[in-house]
Amino acid sequence: MDRYRNKATILSLISMGLGQIYNRQFIKGLIYLLIEAYAIIYFSSNLGRSLWGIVTLGDTPRMRVNGKWMEGDHSIFILIQSLITILLLIIFVIIYIMNVRDARKTAEKREKGIQPNSFKQSIRYVLDYKFAQAFLTLPAIGILFFTVMPIIFMVMLAFTNYSAPNHIPPAKLIDWVGFDTFRDLVSLKTWSHTFYGVLTWTIIWAVLSTVTTYFGGLLVALLINQKGIKFKGLWRTILIIPYAIPQLISLLVMRNMFNGQFGPVNQYLGYFGFGGLPWLTDPFWAKVTVIVVNMWVGIPVSMILIMGVLTTIPRDMYEAAEVDGANNYQKFRIVTLPMILFTTAPTLIAQFAGNINNFSAIYLLTSGNPVVGDYQYAGATDLLVTWLYKLTLDQNKYNMASAVGIIIFLIVASFSIYNYRRTKSFKEEDMIQ
Amino acid sequence: MSGRKVKKSLSLTLSYIILIIMVIGSVYPALWVILGSVRPGKSLYSKSLIPSSFTLEHYRELFTSKSYMFGSWYMNTLKISIISMLIGIVLTLLTSYAVSRFRFRGRQTALSTVLILGMFPGFMSMIAIYLLLKEFHLLDTHLALIIVYAAGAPLGGTFIAKGFLDTIPRSLDEAARIDGASNFRIFTRIILPLSRPMLTYMALTQFVGPWVDFIFAKMVLRSKEKWTVAVGLYDMVSTNTNSNFTMFAAGAVLIAVPITILFMFLQRLLVEGLTSGASKG
Repeated sequence: MDRYRNKATILSLISMGLGQIYNRQFIKGLIYLLIEAYAIIYFSSNLGRSLWGIVTLGDTPRMRVNGKWMEGDHSIFILIQSLITILLLIIFVIIYIMNVRDARKTAEKREKGIQPNSFKQSIRYVLDYKFAQAFLTLPAIGILFFTVMPIIFMVMLAFTNYSAPNHIPPAKLIDWVGFDTFRDLVSLKTWSHTFYGVLTWTIIWAVLSTVTTYFGGLLVALLINQKGIKFKGLWRTILIIPYAIPQLISLLVMRNMFNGQFGPVNQYLGYFGFGGLPWLTDPFWAKVTVIVVNMWVGIPVSMILIMGVLTTIPRDMYEAAEVDGANNYQKFRIVTLPMILFTTAPTLIAQFAGNINNFSAIYLLTSGNPVVGDYQYAGATDLLVTWLYKLTLDQNKYNMASAVGIIIFLIVASFSIYNYRRTKSFKEEDMIQ
Repeated sequence: MSGRKVKKSLSLTLSYIILIIMVIGSVYPALWVILGSVRPGKSLYSKSLIPSSFTLEHYRELFTSKSYMFGSWYMNTLKISIISMLIGIVLTLLTSYAVSRFRFRGRQTALSTVLILGMFPGFMSMIAIYLLLKEFHLLDTHLALIIVYAAGAPLGGTFIAKGFLDTIPRSLDEAARIDGASNFRIFTRIILPLSRPMLTYMALTQFVGPWVDFIFAKMVLRSKEKWTVAVGLYDMVSTNTNSNFTMFAAGAVLIAVPITILFMFLQRLLVEGLTSGASKG
């Protein structure tokens, strides 16, 4: 029995909404028809040009004709417009498929003698059974255009020659160059020297900053939690202050405090008879400064976290250890430390990944300076991510910047995905419910 | 006294000393900047921590001076942060409720996608967003900032919110459903009231965002009267630190004090928010 089925399918294939109207769902059909009408108007004027655009990235440069500048193609605008059009096309195709499936399904129901849903009933159906999908549409569109599209765009830039001074629209066109940017980054002497230098410091920084804040926090938490320490709540509240002050403020304040000429840190060193140190201007000391300041910012977070874990360790484990004659150090090593490490391991890895991308800690404090002479636009404390920022906004080396961005992404993503997959909440997620 | 007792009180004293040093270290920068903001003159350098005389001149100047439009920056930031907070929370709640409560095709994929997208450095998308905003003639408007902050909210907040919503027992939903409640009703009557701690946490982090983000705001907002406080403040420090320091200090205090008080007040919630999203064991 396929009285209605094939007809509805073919009709909706011919034009969106026809199948629905055939099924006597007039409002729904009309909405689909309107969508299609709009889409046809939009794509007929845009699709051809955007397909051409994404392949060629424009072919007429700005030219001088009879003494006047004639505007040529702006490769970047062409690229982004093409991208938007193609994304819209994908959305349109998805809606089209939905339309065909819907028409066929309704027709099947009609064959079985079920009345097709009225418009009101359709809405009701969506709210009851397709709630999640309906709910998610709005955030999904937001993420698509403000996150996914920009990322695709930037990934594409890494394969073009979009960079100052020779390939900046509108004066010049840009072109696809394949993997040349990456090749330059890792093998061309001037770039690779900077790249490996910055990469090394990024890793050193990520390891040191994570380890120092974590064990600093552990130490403070244990100190406060000791038997016999009074006013535990008070200590905790005061030591949490650095976490509560917005980082933007505290880092800018620190930048002033460590000022080599006028800052109070060197002033105090002077009182005690030491000479001032070039906190922010010497490559080595600048690195020390960012680590120390990061400890100041980061220790409170680890402290709160670890204090939370400490309260969950069952007392009887300690009692059992005491019965076996363990001293304080042994109790710490055998009971406390493993429990804490086990519970906070995901946070630790997340912090590590976060530190690789810790833009504000570096940029607000040192701006990546002091400048290193033989680096390409990078300073001694620059992380990959701040270097990326400088390459983009100060130097307009967009292709190099996005190549660096892709590399950062690969590093961070591999840690985070590993981390996410090993957490219990991921593995057991569907067992709870 | 036995040797053991001596050793114990010695270690306690040592602990107290370390704690006191740490307390001084934590509080000193805050104290220094507060005292700096009431110090006469403009210079970063001062002979002693506590100034010989106090003045509120810098605070007054922030709001009256022609070159620092702190008053309008403050209002701009307030407006942007409140609107983007409201939209951002709605979006995040929708997303996290949907992925926490419903099982549908592509759910795991959607979750992993959100997770992976969150790992791209934000600056990578900056240029594209800049061009996008330019296309729509939104550069140098507050609307642009609101859209971007709000659209970015689900990306950062979904996992934390989902982690929290997962802890609300499903039996509650099911009981309500048996009583005939629709999905929407369940959401507004059961989920929303129960997720108050998480809502507070999200509201706070969303609200604070625009106050402390200067990178993006600086890129979008060109004209000085449209700036947010963060842009203005960074501008004060990056140009001519030594001659502007006391003004910077006053501005910093005005931003930091409300936020710090909010955070201290909601400390417990923050800790919950911090740990609940991470993982359970």
